[in-house]
Amino acid sequence: MSKFEFPTSILSRPVYGVLEARAGHQHLMIADAEGAGAILDIATPDLMAKSHIIFILKGTDFADELRALNPARFYEGPSYAASVSRIQRVLQDASMGLQLYLAGTEGLMGQVQSEAMKVGIPHTAIQTEHRGSTARRMQCVHCKGITEDVATDPFQCSHCNLNLFVRDHYSRRLAAYQAVCIDAEDPGNVPAQKGLYE
Amino acid sequence: MSGAEKISVRVTEVTALNELVTRFRFESLDGSLLPTFSGGAHTVVEMKDGDVTRLNPYSLMSDPFDQTAYTISVRRDDEGRGGSLFMHNSVGVGDEMVISNPVNLFSLDLRAKKHLMIAGGIGITPFLAQIKQLDRAHGNWELHYACRSVALGSYIDYLTSTHPNDVNVYYDDQEQAIDLECLFSGQPLGTHVYVCGPKGMINWVRGKATELGWPREAIHYEEFLAPQPGKPFEVKLAVSNKVIQVGEQESLLEAMERSGVDAPYLCRGGACGMCETRVIDYTGNFIHRDHWLDDEGHSSGEKIMPCVSRFEGKTLVLDR
Repeated sequence: MSKFEFPTSILSRPVYGVLEARAGHQHLMIADAEGAGAILDIATPDLMAKSHIIFILKGTDFADELRALNPARFYEGPSYAASVSRIQRVLQDASMGLQLYLAGTEGLMGQVQSEAMKVGIPHTAIQTEHRGSTARRMQCVHCKGITEDVATDPFQCSHCNLNLFVRDHYSRRLAAYQAVCIDAEDPGNVPAQKGLYE
Repeated sequence: MSGAEKISVRVTEVTALNELVTRFRFESLDGSLLPTFSGGAHTVVEMKDGDVTRLNPYSLMSDPFDQTAYTISVRRDDEGRGGSLFMHNSVGVGDEMVISNPVNLFSLDLRAKKHLMIAGGIGITPFLAQIKQLDRAHGNWELHYACRSVALGSYIDYLTSTHPNDVNVYYDDQEQAIDLECLFSGQPLGTHVYVCGPKGMINWVRGKATELGWPREAIHYEEFLAPQPGKPFEVKLAVSNKVIQVGEQESLLEAMERSGVDAPYLCRGGACGMCETRVIDYTGNFIHRDHWLDDEGHSSGEKIMPCVSRFEGKTLVLDR
């Protein structure tokens, strides 16, 4: 379950690549859970000497392996919410030439990308590599509430309880896919729930 | 008619700035307001010089919101094909001319947190309009302007007196040079760099920024290529069913226009891509000079940009 090939879809759906070391005076690497593997794959002593790793455990135990790479700075946090103020501060103080590497779940990569765009990094200049869970961060288009880690389709909105269909329509600003009521015309007529990509 | 919409204008001021550069002011012939534009835009000026008509692009340097007049600054090029010499020697106050609506291939990226401008010589002109635009929006910018000497530095007094803290001038004859590495280090995230000047300077700035890890999207440049003279050659235009001769001093695009073929164009400087033309058949070598096609496009033998590129050889058949 470490690497997953997403089926091709509409233009709105983000596409992820494979991290590679790029020229720059400072490297900011942000990963969650299995995303650690993508950093381990490109780490060299030279690169690590200029790298700041922010790792979100999400219940995994990769922190020691990353720490052993001996990056210039290392931070581990239990969740994105716990790490976001640090991420914002690091981006605020950074200068041009910073390279941003994101790895792990779509929700993590999307949210950091959105923060990075706010400080002026073009989204196309941010490297991403998907690893680990394929669950999505979804926004209910009706109540606007966000439901994290959605792994099934349809699912129930965690805010307004509507039955929602998982779409590939994505918002970079919100870092969320859009979810639409599936039984609006015929309340209660909800297709059987299945896992995403099944 | 190809190209941007045309405007009939009268020359209302001709001001010599120094030995090489002269400024021209255009107002619309019928007294109507000119379109507003965005900083970095150019206009294509039609020059009727006897039998020859040249169309040269010049950056607009006036306030983009001033609709009463446009101004351009023309640097005299004694080695060129004569467009700038015609402007300097033959155009005077009161003359009627035709210019195009403004076209912008060097616009500011307004998502930038800061605009870092680097100008060389006459490359200062688009920045004059951009600075006026940014001042109105309270934009964050700084200018680094390299020129040959105090005597040849156009608009230095204006720039340094109106923006003493944002304008940095470097004189070649005093051996002052932009310390690019130092300038680039420590620029806040979201800075975009813009460069306009000689080819060497553009390559230097783009190369250094890329080397230091600046994203491609944050590097902007403008270089107008003037068509270069070359050996005459013959071209068959398949759609128009014409065989035309391209003279030594004219471009392929100009030769097509002279023959009554309405070929598309916009910048006439190898940058915008509008005049891209499909090659049907050829025997010989292309002399590609544009920076629109990539290396693959240049070596494919399938496309040519007639505004600046030429051909040497026996046969060239174009889909035009």
